[in-house]
Amino acid sequence: MPGRFAPWLMSAPALALFVALLLVPLGMTFVLSFHAFGFYTGIETTVDLANYIDVLSDGYFHEIFARTFGIALVTTLLCAAIGTPEAYFLYRMRSRWRSALLLVVIGPLLISVVVRTLGWAILLGNRGVINTALMDLELITRPIKMMYTTGGIVIALVHVMIPFMVIAVWAALHRQDPATEQAAESLGAGPATIFFRVVLPQAMPGVLSGSLIVFSLSASAFATPAILGGRRVKVVSTTVYDEFLNTLNWPLGAAIAMLLLVAVLLVMVSWNRLVERRFAQVFG
Amino acid sequence: MAFLELTGLTKRFGEVTAVEDFDLTVERGEFVSLLGPSGCGKTTTLQMIAGFEQPTAGSITLEGRDLVAVKARNRGIGIVFQSYALFPHMTVAQNVAFGLEMRKVAPAERQRRVEQALALVHLEALAGRYPRAMSGGQRQRVALARALVIEPEILLLDEPLSNLDAKLREEMQLELRGIQQRMGVTTILVTHDQTEAMALSDRVAVMHRGRLVQVADPLQAYENPLTDFVSSFLGKTNRLEGRVLERQSGGCRVAVGETTFEAPPPPDEAAAGGGRVIVSIRPEKVEFRPAGAGLVEGRAAARIFLGDHWLYQVETPLGVLLVIRQNAGPAEVETGGSVGLAWDPAQVRLLPYEAQA
Ligand SMILES: Nc1ncnc2c1ncn2[C@@H]1O[C@H](COP(=O)(O)OP(=O)(O)OP(=O)(O)O)[C@@H](O)[C@H]1O
Ligand SMILES: [Mg+2]
Repeated sequence: MPGRFAPWLMSAPALALFVALLLVPLGMTFVLSFHAFGFYTGIETTVDLANYIDVLSDGYFHEIFARTFGIALVTTLLCAAIGTPEAYFLYRMRSRWRSALLLVVIGPLLISVVVRTLGWAILLGNRGVINTALMDLELITRPIKMMYTTGGIVIALVHVMIPFMVIAVWAALHRQDPATEQAAESLGAGPATIFFRVVLPQAMPGVLSGSLIVFSLSASAFATPAILGGRRVKVVSTTVYDEFLNTLNWPLGAAIAMLLLVAVLLVMVSWNRLVERRFAQVFG
Repeated sequence: MAFLELTGLTKRFGEVTAVEDFDLTVERGEFVSLLGPSGCGKTTTLQMIAGFEQPTAGSITLEGRDLVAVKARNRGIGIVFQSYALFPHMTVAQNVAFGLEMRKVAPAERQRRVEQALALVHLEALAGRYPRAMSGGQRQRVALARALVIEPEILLLDEPLSNLDAKLREEMQLELRGIQQRMGVTTILVTHDQTEAMALSDRVAVMHRGRLVQVADPLQAYENPLTDFVSSFLGKTNRLEGRVLERQSGGCRVAVGETTFEAPPPPDEAAAGGGRVIVSIRPEKVEFRPAGAGLVEGRAAARIFLGDHWLYQVETPLGVLLVIRQNAGPAEVETGGSVGLAWDPAQVRLLPYEAQA
């Protein structure tokens, strides 16, 4: 009985999943964030903006938000700086090597983030591989502090996120006409000029969409900052976790989570606007 | 000394030989077409001249200088690619200015030359547009302006017109030829379109399976092809397998099946092959005669009207022969009618025998 409702019926399972697993919890978190919490009374079903005012007026939370977005921004910049040339090399490689190396780049996605981050913990710790090696070589006398620093988190996040950047740029490179590089060369351009004046501008939409993915995933990443930052270097997602599971102040945790969601959404939407305005004319 | 000289040029990709022992000399200001079917090595030859492919063997010299050792970006060669390969993120003017920028031409001079180049291809008004917002013909012109503005030693064109519709293609052919002659730039055009090659070039170089088969001016190549391949590839022809019966003064007698007729002297190779030759008669050289008065008799099996001319298929003892007649009034022969066919013996061509490809 294909009719007007057929499309709705066919997408019903997906819609049900979407509503049950995303919209309902999100709506409940949203409602929860307006409730109050008392140490002796637990969650009270009052409705006010107290939680939001608490977060927005507290320097402690300001610092956490600033750190989170700082980490996300630096991670994004590093991913763009490393991932773009990497994608270009892959793109220029002979096909036999290319598939092998593409697997090396994308392979890490097959391994759990937790496992990869624990790997970094082994490398970065005070008695970790890097510090031990450097001390054995007598290049340093005291271990360099890398665990529980924002730097450590950024390094691990870059490693986790770079496949997304490479894939996005790679896709953009494949959309361009390979003859444009030859055209530039015949007009007298050297390899660096070709990359910066011809290849990069054409790959820019890919770099920008990759950046968007990396930024939003880094800003809301949990496992990596939780393992490498611990209690000492808190980011928004680990703070939400602590509010829910340690302080048991669910309403405050919910308010922080909503603020993170809104902030990331704002960044994404304005970024998208900017990109579209810039490239509509050229690439459409 | 020739301007551009290709000697023994060979390119192999692993097992595949794309170009083999290719010799060609091009004079300054000349327009030469590389013509051949798909996969015969035209693009590969062009890429070697441009410097994007390294020859396996052979040499390329420009005014006596070895070009193979020179990097592509220092060869000073202008190229128009089949896909145009315009820089999509640059405006038309920026595209054209790119080569001048690379040559560090001062901005004022650059501006002047870009305007000049755009005027040459009638695109002054679109200097600020992005390529995306242009038609195929316009992009083609931008690509041409971009290649010409650097005042290249040689202009290479790789099937530049094949993405345009028939009418636009004809217009661009005329324009291309006009610009080339005004600028006097040495030009090599790659094409698989024989009419394009003949319309544009001073000489055509016909390629077949990586080898150069014949280099000649278009009329010469069309009228006096050296091989069966050239005669079939350049225009239409009636290709018959025949045998030389006897040599006569200034010609010979050939037999095709039971029919015999006169022809010019056979090629030297015919003697070795027991007198086997390919007989080629162009359809427009065949004339109608009243039934019974021709060299061969036949029946007009089909007739196609093509505007300025008629194309007839005539069934004869030799097989089906094509005949082309000018449309100068009513059709000469009705479909199904009996008719005689005749031709001037001097217009028959005898070529070395090759099995049909
Ligand atoms: N990079 C390559 N690797 C392997 N074989 C190649 C390569 N480039 C070309 N060839 C082969 O060399 C031969 C000539 O190719 P080329 O592109 O020069 O042909 P072409 O005359 O330009 O044909 P077309 O009219 O289809 O463009 C073909 O058989 C092709 O398969
Ligand atoms: Mg080609």
